[in-house]
Amino acid sequence: MAGKTFTYAPAPESRAVVTLEPSYGLFVDGSFVDPVDGGVFATVNPADEQVLAQVSAAGARDVDRAVSAARAAYDGVWSRMPGAERGKYLFRIARILQERSRELAVLETLDNGKPIRESRDVDVPLAAAHFFYHAGWADKLEYAGLGPNPGPVGVVGQVIPWNFPLLMLAWKVAPALACGNTVVLKPAETTPLSALVFADICRQADLPAGVVNILTGAGETGRLVVEHPGIDKVAFTGSTEVGRQIARAVAGTGKRLTLELGGKGANIVFDDAPVDQAVEGIVNGIFFNQGHVCCAGSRLLVQESVADDVVDRLKRRLTTLRLGDPLDKNTDIGAINSAEQLARVRALADAGDEEGADRWSAPCALPDRGFWFPPTVFTGVSQAHRIAREEIFGPVLSVLTFRTPEEAVEKANNTPYGLSAGVWTEKGSRILSMAARLRAGVVWANTFNRFDPASPFGGYKESGYGREGGRHGLEAYLATEASA
Amino acid sequence: MPTTVRTTATTTATTTATTTRPDVLADATTSQAALRRFLHGLPGVDQVGADARAAALATRSIKTDAKAFALDLAIRMVDLTTLEGADTPGKVRALCAKARRPDPADPSAPPVAAVCVYDDLVEVARAALGSSGVKVAAVATAFPSGRALLDVKLADTRDAVRAGADEVDMVIDRGAFLSGRYLEVLEEVRAVKQACGSVHLKVILETGELQTYDNVRRASWLAMMAGADFIKTSTGKISPAATLPVTLVMLEAVRDFRDATGRQVGVKAAGGIRAAKDALRYLVVVNETVGDDWLDPDWFRLGASSLLNDLLMQRTKLATGRYSGPDYFTLD
Amino acid sequence: MSRLEVRKTYKLYVGGAFPRSESGRTYEVHGAKGEFLANVALASRKDARDAVQAARKAFPGWSGATAYNRGQVIYRVAEMLEGRRSQFVGEVGAGEGLAARKAEAVVDASIDRLVWYAGWADKLTQVLGGANAVSGPYFDFSVPEPTGVVAIAAPQQSSLLGLVSTVAPAIASGNTVVAIASRTAPLPALTFAEVLSTSDVPGGVVNLLTGYNAETLTTLASHMDVNAIDLTGAGPLAADLEAAAADNLKRVLRATQGPEVDWTAPPGLSRLRAFVETKTVWHPIGV
Repeated sequence: MAGKTFTYAPAPESRAVVTLEPSYGLFVDGSFVDPVDGGVFATVNPADEQVLAQVSAAGARDVDRAVSAARAAYDGVWSRMPGAERGKYLFRIARILQERSRELAVLETLDNGKPIRESRDVDVPLAAAHFFYHAGWADKLEYAGLGPNPGPVGVVGQVIPWNFPLLMLAWKVAPALACGNTVVLKPAETTPLSALVFADICRQADLPAGVVNILTGAGETGRLVVEHPGIDKVAFTGSTEVGRQIARAVAGTGKRLTLELGGKGANIVFDDAPVDQAVEGIVNGIFFNQGHVCCAGSRLLVQESVADDVVDRLKRRLTTLRLGDPLDKNTDIGAINSAEQLARVRALADAGDEEGADRWSAPCALPDRGFWFPPTVFTGVSQAHRIAREEIFGPVLSVLTFRTPEEAVEKANNTPYGLSAGVWTEKGSRILSMAARLRAGVVWANTFNRFDPASPFGGYKESGYGREGGRHGLEAYLATEASA
Repeated sequence: MPTTVRTTATTTATTTATTTRPDVLADATTSQAALRRFLHGLPGVDQVGADARAAALATRSIKTDAKAFALDLAIRMVDLTTLEGADTPGKVRALCAKARRPDPADPSAPPVAAVCVYDDLVEVARAALGSSGVKVAAVATAFPSGRALLDVKLADTRDAVRAGADEVDMVIDRGAFLSGRYLEVLEEVRAVKQACGSVHLKVILETGELQTYDNVRRASWLAMMAGADFIKTSTGKISPAATLPVTLVMLEAVRDFRDATGRQVGVKAAGGIRAAKDALRYLVVVNETVGDDWLDPDWFRLGASSLLNDLLMQRTKLATGRYSGPDYFTLD
Repeated sequence: MSRLEVRKTYKLYVGGAFPRSESGRTYEVHGAKGEFLANVALASRKDARDAVQAARKAFPGWSGATAYNRGQVIYRVAEMLEGRRSQFVGEVGAGEGLAARKAEAVVDASIDRLVWYAGWADKLTQVLGGANAVSGPYFDFSVPEPTGVVAIAAPQQSSLLGLVSTVAPAIASGNTVVAIASRTAPLPALTFAEVLSTSDVPGGVVNLLTGYNAETLTTLASHMDVNAIDLTGAGPLAADLEAAAADNLKRVLRATQGPEVDWTAPPGLSRLRAFVETKTVWHPIGV
């Protein structure tokens, strides 16, 4: 539909704002060091499969060093520092994030494959906002409703995913530091670079050595961090399966744990929805960030009486999505983050075909190199299909229908997950009744995929436990007395 | 000699004024009650969502040859406008000269789509524009308030038609609309359309007074059901005038209307569009909401006055590589 | 001749009724001085399963009731407990080996604890929830919701006050409970079940099992339809139970390390907070 008359010329954001080193060490105790018993591995641009840099993998002794550094910094400096002073470090970090925002956005796009428009307009600004928000809490913890004298937990081990690398780092590090903890953070294997630049930002802010430590590596490094006896609290965002393993590993150790895991969010569209905005909400819900979103609206539950109309409008809208070079400012759909993830998405989409659902993909040309998957919609999906139950974590939408609000709630809740849900209707009382009955940690009504540092985020059931953001998000990082 | 670039959209559009499909909405216009039920049954518009969609479209980056194309298209879509109490034949003649040849230094700059004047100056404009292909649009029906007896409004219209206007821009009765007298509004538009004969009718909704996007959607449908050839956002005399989200809603309405009836209606965004950057954003919104069929001066217009100079300045910068200055363009 | 007393049969409390264990097994309960007190049901994994089913069935009604209503019901439990004060003083004294005055203090504290939690029911939302100032035209608010079915390993020593202090916060916020009473002193728990059943507490909201053992606890810890587990009284089993709880990512409230908790101390909010989920809702603000 956006056709041939008015074609947008290439509008690439320049790579020149980023200076990539050929290789990076681990960030331990305030400086970059070579790994002692880990190795090196490459990080690749998923849009063209070019190697961006060599990155270190932390081994067991590297993890030891980092935890020791974090412990020393905790005992010697950070836990004793008045909250107001801690806060000022966080304000500095927030400011530097804003100053270097363009560089960070381009870097994030190169390493992750997401469109520059998203890293520029969503990821980086929100990351800065998280530091800003939590900076202000550092000296006000006694007002957080968690007791008159809440103190830090200690050294926290944090493992984050590849879908919003810098933003997930901000979600983890900002509250941890604000509450007086020190950090050992492991970024995802395929997206280490923005965390390494963040380490440089910590140096620019003169953050005391050892307060933040960044250990790049793969699953093994993450396991070493989580299981290290010197860690007091673990925070993990990633797949439900790994979350389960971590919960088992932590059992009996006394380590505190919060988990933010997978989802299969239901986006529910009623017959009286503001239909054009609902279509935007559906598109945003599953195709934003290529669907690599734990809270994606990956199931469309549309009222049967308007299903055909909504799906037609949706398909028409999808033909205007622009898939391609993530650095082009007009790109809407970027690359799938890795070959592994692409294989998973394809496998589940194929399962959809095999189980008898009807596949439709937006007609876009896929570049020759890189990892790409077109925005895809499956109709004729039933609750029993794998594509209705399993998290695909890609730009694939499964469409189911319902007849009544009761049925919508039932179908939406009929899953082990419980992270997010969307509701589209013009009727106020129905919005509130749906919001009350949906078993999901975040309910978006007449909107979708909205995030804010002041707004608590997290799941019910197997989508995890604990909340991030807001007053509620502080709880994980504070050792409250029993009377709190 | 300025080249008149005129493309008719008939080859790509599925329909023009003549349609072979029955009027599927005839039932809805048989009574006030039926019309109200129909209009109130249209899907609502979530304001925040519509604003967000428009804002997202506004982030499109239009560069190099795409920008050159878009600037020229925008110029060709301009209804160059003067609607002041102080207008004189001299003022109108100057405007028409600019309309025919917008850039004194560059004959390759295309002429605009039309000149928009009060109906008592149509004759002057007609004479000044000659056979240049630039159209004469006249505002009528007690523009801008629309507060006058129907007879007066129709006389206004007939005057404009007699004087040679190619297009008439009427205003709807917002008082009637906001108090729910939809059938009255509809019948008024119909009457004006009849008085227009073959002259194209643009119906101004005055979206700034309608306030809600729900009202904009309803008024759009109402105007189209009454026979409008174009729906237009504003008179330009109050603020807010045209905005990206309002135009988005109107474009969605014309798209849905064509899907329902087979008839294509144009959209004009008027008032408050001063910078070339804004004009290009409107074109992006047209492109990604309704596509090729509306990307033509026959189906989309920009009502503006100072916008033209900014379009020309940007055009010059693209062509020469240098930023230009206001002294190089005429102020009329 | 002194009159022969009619001894009480202590059964389980499941779904508002008092069934025997389906296994037919019992075990002996002795007082602090070693005297025989009663044969008490030794709950099996099937009893645990039935209890979970009853708790799940009761959850929509209990969580869907108004907070005010829940508060009134819990207050009535306090009323009923007050009415049977002397019976409980006797049972707690015998089971825990407490002198009369100490036993009285425990029972009084238990009643007062229930009153305290009754008053929390309709205030929790204000204290744990609130509106969030997001950067955009959205109304954004967070509310606490009960997590669902909570399994509780009640404290071993504090057979009434500890039980009340673990069960009441779970149900005040709208959860339903399957609790396993103290192994050595389960009788006050079972008598407490009678109090519950006469207090307008809907059947299934609280279910009490006796016969504290690994089998029953493990069943509850690994049960996929249990949402949370309180390991307060689990002792050396706690680590394995926590690992089993990971299967469906139950929310785990660990036992506090160190000496037995002083249940007379002000409880704070941590037990109320442990079994609520925070739900955040967004809606645009527009015309």
